[in-house]
Amino acid sequence: MIALIPLFPLLGFVINASLGRRLPKAISGGVAMAVMVASFAVSVMSVWDLAALPAAERTIEQTVYTWIASGDFILDLTLRLDPLAAVMILVVTGVGALIHIYSTAYMHDEVDSEFARYFSYLNLFAAFMLVLVLGANFLVLFVGWEGVGLCSYLLIGFWFRKKAAADAGKKAFVVNRIGDYAFVLGMLLLLVRFGTLDFQRLASIVAAIPPENGVFGALSIATLLLFIGATGKSAQIPLYTWLPDAMEGPTPVSALIHAATMVTAGVYMIGRNAVLFGHAPETMLIVAIVGALTALMAGTIGLVQNDIKRVLAYSTVSQLGLMFVAMGMGAFGAGIFHLYTHAFFKALLFLGSGAVIHALHGEQDIRNMGGLKRYLPVTYWTFLIGSLAIAGVPGLAGFFSKDEILYETFRAGHWILWTMAAITSFLTATYMFRLVFLTFHGERRRDPGSGIRDPGSDLMPQMSRHSGSPIPDPGSRVPSHDVHDHAAHDSHLHDAPPAMALALIVLAVGSAVAGYVGVPHALGGHNALAEWLAPSFQPPTTVASAPVAGGLQASGEEALAENAGLELTLMTVSSAIAIVGIAVAAFVWLRRRELADALAARFAGAYRLLLNKYYVDELYDATVVEPIRLGSQEGLWRGIDVGVIDGAVNGTAALVGAGSGALRRLQTGSVRAYAGSMFIGVVVILGYYLWR
Amino acid sequence: MLLTLSWLLPVAGALLLLFIGNADGRRDGPIRWFSLVVTVATFVVTLVVWAGFDAGSSEFQFVERYPWIPAFGIDYYLGVDGISLLLVVLTSFLSPIALLSSWGSIERKVKEFSIFMLALEAAMIGVFLSLDLFLFYVFWDAMLVPMYFLIGIWGYDQRIYAAIKFMLYTMTGSVLMLVAILGLAYLHSAATGTYSFDLLKLYALDIAPQTQMWFFLAFTVAFAIKVPLFPFHTWLQDAHVQAPTAGSVILAGVLLKMGTYGLLRFSFPLFPEAAGYFAPALAVLAVIGIVYGALVAMVQPDMKKLVAYSSVSHLGFVVLGICAMNIQGVEGAVYQMLAHGVSTGGLFLVVGMLSERRHTRLISEFGGLKAVVPRLTTAFMIITLASIGLPGLNGFIGEFLIMLGAFRWDPRFVVVAGLGVILSAVYMLWMFQRVYYGPVTHEENVTLRDLLPRELAAVVPLCAMAFVMGIFPTLFLRPMEASVNALVQRVQETQTLRAANEMQNARFKMQTVQRPMR
Repeated sequence: MIALIPLFPLLGFVINASLGRRLPKAISGGVAMAVMVASFAVSVMSVWDLAALPAAERTIEQTVYTWIASGDFILDLTLRLDPLAAVMILVVTGVGALIHIYSTAYMHDEVDSEFARYFSYLNLFAAFMLVLVLGANFLVLFVGWEGVGLCSYLLIGFWFRKKAAADAGKKAFVVNRIGDYAFVLGMLLLLVRFGTLDFQRLASIVAAIPPENGVFGALSIATLLLFIGATGKSAQIPLYTWLPDAMEGPTPVSALIHAATMVTAGVYMIGRNAVLFGHAPETMLIVAIVGALTALMAGTIGLVQNDIKRVLAYSTVSQLGLMFVAMGMGAFGAGIFHLYTHAFFKALLFLGSGAVIHALHGEQDIRNMGGLKRYLPVTYWTFLIGSLAIAGVPGLAGFFSKDEILYETFRAGHWILWTMAAITSFLTATYMFRLVFLTFHGERRRDPGSGIRDPGSDLMPQMSRHSGSPIPDPGSRVPSHDVHDHAAHDSHLHDAPPAMALALIVLAVGSAVAGYVGVPHALGGHNALAEWLAPSFQPPTTVASAPVAGGLQASGEEALAENAGLELTLMTVSSAIAIVGIAVAAFVWLRRRELADALAARFAGAYRLLLNKYYVDELYDATVVEPIRLGSQEGLWRGIDVGVIDGAVNGTAALVGAGSGALRRLQTGSVRAYAGSMFIGVVVILGYYLWR
Repeated sequence: MLLTLSWLLPVAGALLLLFIGNADGRRDGPIRWFSLVVTVATFVVTLVVWAGFDAGSSEFQFVERYPWIPAFGIDYYLGVDGISLLLVVLTSFLSPIALLSSWGSIERKVKEFSIFMLALEAAMIGVFLSLDLFLFYVFWDAMLVPMYFLIGIWGYDQRIYAAIKFMLYTMTGSVLMLVAILGLAYLHSAATGTYSFDLLKLYALDIAPQTQMWFFLAFTVAFAIKVPLFPFHTWLQDAHVQAPTAGSVILAGVLLKMGTYGLLRFSFPLFPEAAGYFAPALAVLAVIGIVYGALVAMVQPDMKKLVAYSSVSHLGFVVLGICAMNIQGVEGAVYQMLAHGVSTGGLFLVVGMLSERRHTRLISEFGGLKAVVPRLTTAFMIITLASIGLPGLNGFIGEFLIMLGAFRWDPRFVVVAGLGVILSAVYMLWMFQRVYYGPVTHEENVTLRDLLPRELAAVVPLCAMAFVMGIFPTLFLRPMEASVNALVQRVQETQTLRAANEMQNARFKMQTVQRPMR
């Protein structure tokens, strides 16, 4: 039955891809929504069945067919539902269905065929994402992995007339391919070394060998390669640069693919291979450090961006970094917990930003917003809940999951990483509320030329290129609105239409309560989620109560009691961090706007550095992209191929031609010349024999 | 009889056309239909062969053998095994598609064009079926003639240069091979007293390792030019760019595989020790070709040149798989040959459709076509994705198996070859983006028409095949398994040099498992 879960969206893709251009929007959108709801329903039923099994036996497996068979390499297309996959499919189909519903309103201005094309891609994405999380071996996961990358490419470039969108799509695909290169090498190494790509079998085999403590052996290399793959898909240093650009895609796409689901695939992959990574402590440390650096770096960039979606994009990069910190600490449950809560509030925030953009007819620059609270109440209140949740305000979803990451990091003794994560939390609260205050509070600002400006408006010229294009491409989207200028009249600002409001409200409820599946022991809960997930992080042969390899999940009861005090202390600290962060944002961007300007002017260098995202794109262009392009064009092609190799070929031909030409001159056609040369020849030969 | 029928049918068709008068082009339509029917019938014949093929056996099947020149031990000797079977089917599958693609563009001398196309098909099928080296050589050279004329007569502006370059390049290799073939027959007579060109008898011949080296090089240079292996590749882009679409489709789809097929059928099993000695060097050239071809493809302003260089890159994978000489490597290589035939044949087809519409192949002349020609865009996208090896499409299976095989042999090659996978996405998607995305930049492009039913009939089978090969690879892997197994064993058993060579690489080899990988 679990094969139905990805098959439903695939069916939707087939219908909309083949017939969609002739269908009215109601039908193509309806089909797309229906298959997602069906897939969600099957997911719920499957998870229900799964939960009915005893904890140690919680897997449901279905082998569809033998995909590849070549000699001793035989690979089945097998899907496997286990507790980890269960969480993932519920998120993908649940949040996915909501975003499909939201999209029917958001994309309504597209013509029928484009509307159907959009939904066919979105369905295809869901199908591949479900294959990714249900795949029972690396190669099936890889099918989903590449498939979601393709859909991401297609959807980022959905408004293909716009060069920035097409560029961003290609960039996403290519950067991901760099990661995939490492990923494939990692897979091959595992396959050749351990003889299987099946997750459970790999886990059993690896569990039987000692961890690679202090040695960087095959397992460490393989897991590191896999992690490089994850840095591509999940936008971590050094391969994160595609994600902010990916915001060129329609906003619901950003919500589904670039916030809630696809970008978390790397985190999921590590969770899926918890035993392997657990046996490679060196790799784990690298994972955690990269995660922490990314979290911090993206958080600082997010602080100064002016495009509403880009702020959220850097926030996503930053939050993903935190998840990797958790994974690297061996706190797999905490990482997946944050993945799960993040899916709610980040999807909500993106959809909220979409509602704002929709209402403002394509405006994305927060310097041109302000005061929208009055006009867009539903959007405002849901966005506020999402912001509180991501900031980690006690009681909301983000609080529980982020707190667990911070706690596990501290407990593992990595206080530097803990400090980085704590600063990230502070930054998160600050930039999120900067966004809230600049967008919804204060006075309505219409265009960059008038009214209050964001700090550092004197730096605008440099920014226009880097902070995305605040001007939507005319003719590419919302065509019906471009005819007359709505934006001039605030009374025309419409809050989210019903389909969008529904998604916002459901996700807001989720952002508020989703954390209660993981209430820590210190607060009197029993961390049901961690308990549910635990079997997925252990080799299949061990009993559920055995400790996670290299992990910290299942400490004994006494340890829990001992640590409760520490956990409560840390919880207080992180709550304080969140509240201070919000307070700082309120002070700077609500009370003393001139302070922000002053700060930006005072630290102009640092400000410009952040605004331009540390110039990493420029660095890559200058050190990698351009040298390769120029080297290929002038060096390899014009130089070696045309010059040396073909030059040699044509040179040989010319030489032969010249030689023949010289020989041709001997063929004078004159009988006397022939007779003369014959005579000389005879004389020479005779002479040779006579004087030998 | 079926095998003879499969190459004789196009010959018969071509002969029949010779006697049809078509001076004023009045009969162009019927001639086109007639040759299409002939190629489709040939396809059906090869499918019947496939249907009757026993996948469990590694022996040559459907064998036909008649003495031809008994004094020299030359026979008319045909047969298929799992390796040649699929290549024959690929040939007969692509031929009608190539013919269909020419209907809109070839308006001059349609009769002659059709005759050459049919003759070309017959020669290609003959090459794959021959088990007698002399017969093989006859078909091998017979193949050059129609291709020469196809490029030289129906090509673009620099067709004469390209045709002659193609001819000279390949003839150089052919001459070396001919000498080697005659030498083999001589070796056979030296050992047994009679001349023989029988491949199986020559397999059994015990050739001294030193002698093997020379023979191996002679054969391999001929094949390397055909593949084309870096640095023997510079005829390719000229031939491709100048050839008419149908010619490019066949050239990329089938002709290039003659080289890799030759390596598999002749170079490696005939001279296993030499093969073991030279395999690392060949593999080095192959991985250079993979990266080099991809980098040069990336900066081409001409779509056909881009696709031509991409072939250098993709065929490098095939050679790498062959050099690995284990099950996954060789099966991957054969699979990649088929997959490349479908996807690169398809690429030349769709690129040809574009250039027919605008009479230019320059990428910069296009842009924003997605809004103008949605169907062509979809077809182009599918074939592009197939070409860059997206899982679920044909290219992935071959590439993955090759990388697995090569990884088991020597991971260092895979580390470099893998870069080709990244670069293929770069050059293909960049081209796709510049042609189809963005605003429409040229006035003339606004009115381009989308695919006609005839063009759909050519493109759809290729796209469908890309999916079938990606989703159900066992359909194609199973028939070749026994033959590939036998080949790998034959080569490895006799490779004493190879063993020494592997010892040399031992520190790069990892401890690997022997049980089935599942």
